[in-house]
Amino acid sequence: ADVKGRPCEDFCVLQHSNRRVAICVITLAEAHPLLQSGKTIKNINYQISANCSRLQNKVSGKSKRGAQFLTELAPLCRISSSDGEEYTIYSCIRGRLIEVNENILSNPALLQEKPSTEGYIAVVLPKFEESKSVTQGLLTQKEYEEVLLKRRNSAS
Amino acid sequence: MSSLTEKDRPIVQLLLNTGTCPRCILRFCCVGSQMLYRHPHEDLLKDLQEFLKNNQEKEDTVCLDVVDPPCKRMRLEHTEEGPDDLNHNRAIPQIPSVDDGNAAMESSAVKVCNVCLGILQGFCEADFVKKVCQKVNSADYQFTSFVFSVSLPPQLSVRERAAWLVVKQEMRSLGLPLAKDDIVQLKEAYKWIIHPQLSEELGVPADGKSLFEVSVVFAHPETEEECHFLATACPDCFKPAKNKQSVFTRMAVIKALEKIKEEDFLKHFPCPPSSPKNLCDALEIQCNNGAVFVAGRYNKYSRNLPQTPWIIDGERKLESSVEELISEHLMAEFRADSFNFSSSGREDVDVRTLGNGRPFAIELVNPRRIHFTAEEMKRLQQAINDSSDKIQVRDLQLVTRSAIGRMKEGEEEKTKTYSALIWTDKAIQREDIAFLDDIKELKLEQKTPLRVLHRRPLAVRCRVIHTMKSEYLDQHHFRLHLKTQAGTYIKEFVHGDFGRTKPNIGSLLNRTADILELDVESVDVDWPPTLDN
Repeated sequence: ADVKGRPCEDFCVLQHSNRRVAICVITLAEAHPLLQSGKTIKNINYQISANCSRLQNKVSGKSKRGAQFLTELAPLCRISSSDGEEYTIYSCIRGRLIEVNENILSNPALLQEKPSTEGYIAVVLPKFEESKSVTQGLLTQKEYEEVLLKRRNSAS
Repeated sequence: MSSLTEKDRPIVQLLLNTGTCPRCILRFCCVGSQMLYRHPHEDLLKDLQEFLKNNQEKEDTVCLDVVDPPCKRMRLEHTEEGPDDLNHNRAIPQIPSVDDGNAAMESSAVKVCNVCLGILQGFCEADFVKKVCQKVNSADYQFTSFVFSVSLPPQLSVRERAAWLVVKQEMRSLGLPLAKDDIVQLKEAYKWIIHPQLSEELGVPADGKSLFEVSVVFAHPETEEECHFLATACPDCFKPAKNKQSVFTRMAVIKALEKIKEEDFLKHFPCPPSSPKNLCDALEIQCNNGAVFVAGRYNKYSRNLPQTPWIIDGERKLESSVEELISEHLMAEFRADSFNFSSSGREDVDVRTLGNGRPFAIELVNPRRIHFTAEEMKRLQQAINDSSDKIQVRDLQLVTRSAIGRMKEGEEEKTKTYSALIWTDKAIQREDIAFLDDIKELKLEQKTPLRVLHRRPLAVRCRVIHTMKSEYLDQHHFRLHLKTQAGTYIKEFVHGDFGRTKPNIGSLLNRTADILELDVESVDVDWPPTLDN
């Protein structure tokens, strides 16, 4: 299986390329504040607005009808930490929302312990025509590491 | 009922005058003697003319019965007076003239029949039979019987109705009203005449259930539009055409003819029907053999071979495939047009299939050759096995179509056993994995794996791992043998698929695990029957 990581400013999109469509898993990237030591997650909320809860996303059939359609800046969830900060997690790519990870609702620590596997945020399926273009605005693993390096250098 | 009676006289007279051929006339008179139709049409014409010349006052039945073969011709006794014995038949040893269907046209008396458009004229006689048999023989099929299917142009039904209406009218006016019209069907008469000839030329019997089909399509462009008036008269009988086919199918036309009232019909269509200038055309004469099924079990020894060809955007991603390696030889031996490969489940490209192998079946479409002895099948199996080390087949045999159902049963219901090479991130000792051996009937909940999510619906599958047996290799590796329910995703059970398969090896061992290699050890389906090769 082909899994490529394309980090994009605090978020990481893992893409599985198989045949035609590349399914994507949205996770936190290593530099995200929530993954830094000292942070405890107080609450994860999938209710984005009055009408929209990501938990109510229901898909049916092979073409995933009924799925909520996401754009790059669509919020997936809001996470609040015990020190009063609130973070919004964004989709980063366009596509249909397939599922959000309910395991982190019951076990928020999972998000911090295994952010790239069991602590994933959501699974998004891009449109067939867009499967290649969908990650163009994102950085590759290498590029991200360079960004992190620059950040550290400018900070110090 | 094999004789023409006095009451048939006006019918015969009328139809002869309006351009109907002798065989159609016999049909309209409900003559049921098959052999009679097989007489050459020139003879039948003469016989009918003789019949008409008979003194009208005679009440005698004119018998057109035929004696047993090998008599090929029947001469009608002409009697002027006296109660002669009309039953003596004399076989006259004459060679029937072999007419080219079109030569009949040259004779001024013989026009193209206005009802059958020539189908019961030239198209059921020796020359056409020869033409059909030539086509069959050159196509080089293996067969033990045949079914001959004929497609007639729909306007024939219209013309028959038209001629019949005229006959009915005439009989009514003569004070001899006809009972329900029970005339002999054109197709039936045609088959009476042509089947024995085809059978003799081909050397095999005609059999409605035969898998070998010879088909002819007849068309008559000259009169093609004769059905069109039915569309205005009975519009609901004609559904919009799919693809590019004509709306005027035989079925639709017959339905409309049943619906339309006599008066309307008479208004729109010339009764009696006109004499056409040309005969029908026999479009393609085609042969088709019913599919044969070859089954067996295959082993896959390559970790780089897909089951079916892997082609994306017209480009082949991996060389060859299981189905191509097996079917290549079968296609050549059976000389089929195409094949359909199916199997009892599948494995991934990088997974080997060991043990007794996986059951498969190949449908060979329109095979030229259908008979193979057990010896020949064995040799075929050997040829396949010699040609590749990536796959091997066993138990190769011919099976019936119904046997495929058993194979598919196996896919859903039967267990499979696997061997997986597993890696762990944190070190393990023997004791750490020993407990796996004791776990029985482990229930899993597997969400649709991410790697197939683009082509499968999102769902949760409950599957059972019946037994496991571990084999410690080193601190980061061990081999696991498992026996599972059909439809279990093994790779996901090992690495957990982002926690979407629960439980998984990682969660059971409290480590991160990944699968390095997977082999199918057995597919527990007892079909196809094992052969002693």
